[in-house]
Amino acid sequence: MSYFSDIYNGMKTLFTGLSVTGGYFIRARKGSLTQQYPDNRETLKMFDRFRGEVVMPHDDVNEHRCTGCQACEIACPNGSIEIVWDRAVDPETGKKKKKIDKHIYHMSMCTMCGLCIEACPTDAIVWAQNYENSVYDRSLLTKVLNQPGSVVKAGIED
Amino acid sequence: MTNTLKDRFKTEEYFVNMGPQHPAAHGVLRLILTIDGEIIKNVEPDLGYIHRSIEKMCERDSYQQIVHLTDRMDYLSSNINNEAVCLAVENGLELEVSDRVKVIRTIIDELTRLASHCLWWGVMGMDLGALTTYFYAFRDREMINDIFEETCGARLTMNYNVPGGLMFDIHPNFVKRTKDFIAHFKTKIPEYDRLLTGNIIFENRTKGVGILTREDAIAYGVSGPVARGSGFSSDVRKHQPYSAYDRVDFKEILFTEGDTYARYKVRIAEMWESMSIIEQLIDNIPEGDIQAPTKAVIKLPKGEFYQRVETARGELGVYINSTGTKNPYRVKFRSPGFSNLSVLNHISKGGKIADLVAIMASFDFVIPDIDR
Repeated sequence: MSYFSDIYNGMKTLFTGLSVTGGYFIRARKGSLTQQYPDNRETLKMFDRFRGEVVMPHDDVNEHRCTGCQACEIACPNGSIEIVWDRAVDPETGKKKKKIDKHIYHMSMCTMCGLCIEACPTDAIVWAQNYENSVYDRSLLTKVLNQPGSVVKAGIED
Repeated sequence: MTNTLKDRFKTEEYFVNMGPQHPAAHGVLRLILTIDGEIIKNVEPDLGYIHRSIEKMCERDSYQQIVHLTDRMDYLSSNINNEAVCLAVENGLELEVSDRVKVIRTIIDELTRLASHCLWWGVMGMDLGALTTYFYAFRDREMINDIFEETCGARLTMNYNVPGGLMFDIHPNFVKRTKDFIAHFKTKIPEYDRLLTGNIIFENRTKGVGILTREDAIAYGVSGPVARGSGFSSDVRKHQPYSAYDRVDFKEILFTEGDTYARYKVRIAEMWESMSIIEQLIDNIPEGDIQAPTKAVIKLPKGEFYQRVETARGELGVYINSTGTKNPYRVKFRSPGFSNLSVLNHISKGGKIADLVAIMASFDFVIPDIDR
């Protein structure tokens, strides 16, 4: 007797499950979540806070906000940020002031933890929302964030 | 004559490696099986394939930097791990975080638990041969990941907690998205039940398989849904409430059967409880500071600090031994997966290899959490 009831129960649960999948089969277009990824690059927008890559924004006269205080370098847990700095004479006060020579970012070592951006006192570095970061050579992932010839914006102190 | 026949058809025990690369192991875990035919005689886990010495790296890093390493242990409950470290450091500093931080941490914890259980449900079905569950679960998990991505900036390794609070405030869309998700997910769990829970093939493969008694669960130090499936009340959220768990009303799910099916039912019921916790908190997130003021270089006083939290897999303990410098002297994580793995040999003896796969799926192992 249990043999037949097992067959009956088996068929019943099978069709219960099939009713769920069958429902989606009929309404496939409506509930679809998948994206046509490489084809929708133009319209695909990441969220504002998406952690893609660390960048240093420059304004139109090639000025950034980095004073070279090295807070990001100290905050970084895995040595992704390296700052080459020297001292330049401030034309107004005549004092020697720290300035960055190169703000080097090793993206190959970065874990996107965000501690550097949290640590920056002058908001000189921010997240960019890039999502296609793969390259053919690892050395291409080492980037200099400050543009050549750029200077720190006047009035920014750490 | 009978003796010679017996000799002729006698069986021998032999070894089979399950893993390190095995789809049912969910990571690089090698199980050395001693089997007789298809009957399991002994299971010996061999660990260390994804050991990254996180505990040793913690001794090198400052207290803020430790937090991001714990993302990489149990990556499916990353926010809960982060919170555990932050709470341990806050214990040491005797720092009280604002109510807003507590509530947001709790909501994100529960969302993390939902995402983790979602993935577990999909993978449990997939391990037992039902591929559909995987896609359905990932469809719903995607909505949670979007919430995380919008608020924290990352989908899995969030690193949203810092000692003293949160890195930044929640996104303006957070509350709406979370409510949308809860409304959506409430219609989906009954669908999960129709698809898998009541299915006769699934029930036959899980009911009465891998029975863990309450005594053994306690003896082996098992925690989380595995222990609660055996009737062992071990929910840290209930017994030692942290963050905002003391102000919400939720049941601790207990099943007494102790088999694979009971562990399955515990997690399904926990998803309902998680949603109820989120619903109680989401409407009135209190105002307050998002970060309590801390020094740029955190130095814990000399001593030992311990904090337990309930991750999606069980009890995670963070032990920090400080000598008063800016780095911890020793950090130890009591990970739930490691203790749960110890009981695997005990309960899978005498079963079939296919039963072992079902038991492994119901334990919901995350191997980086076991190896650290």
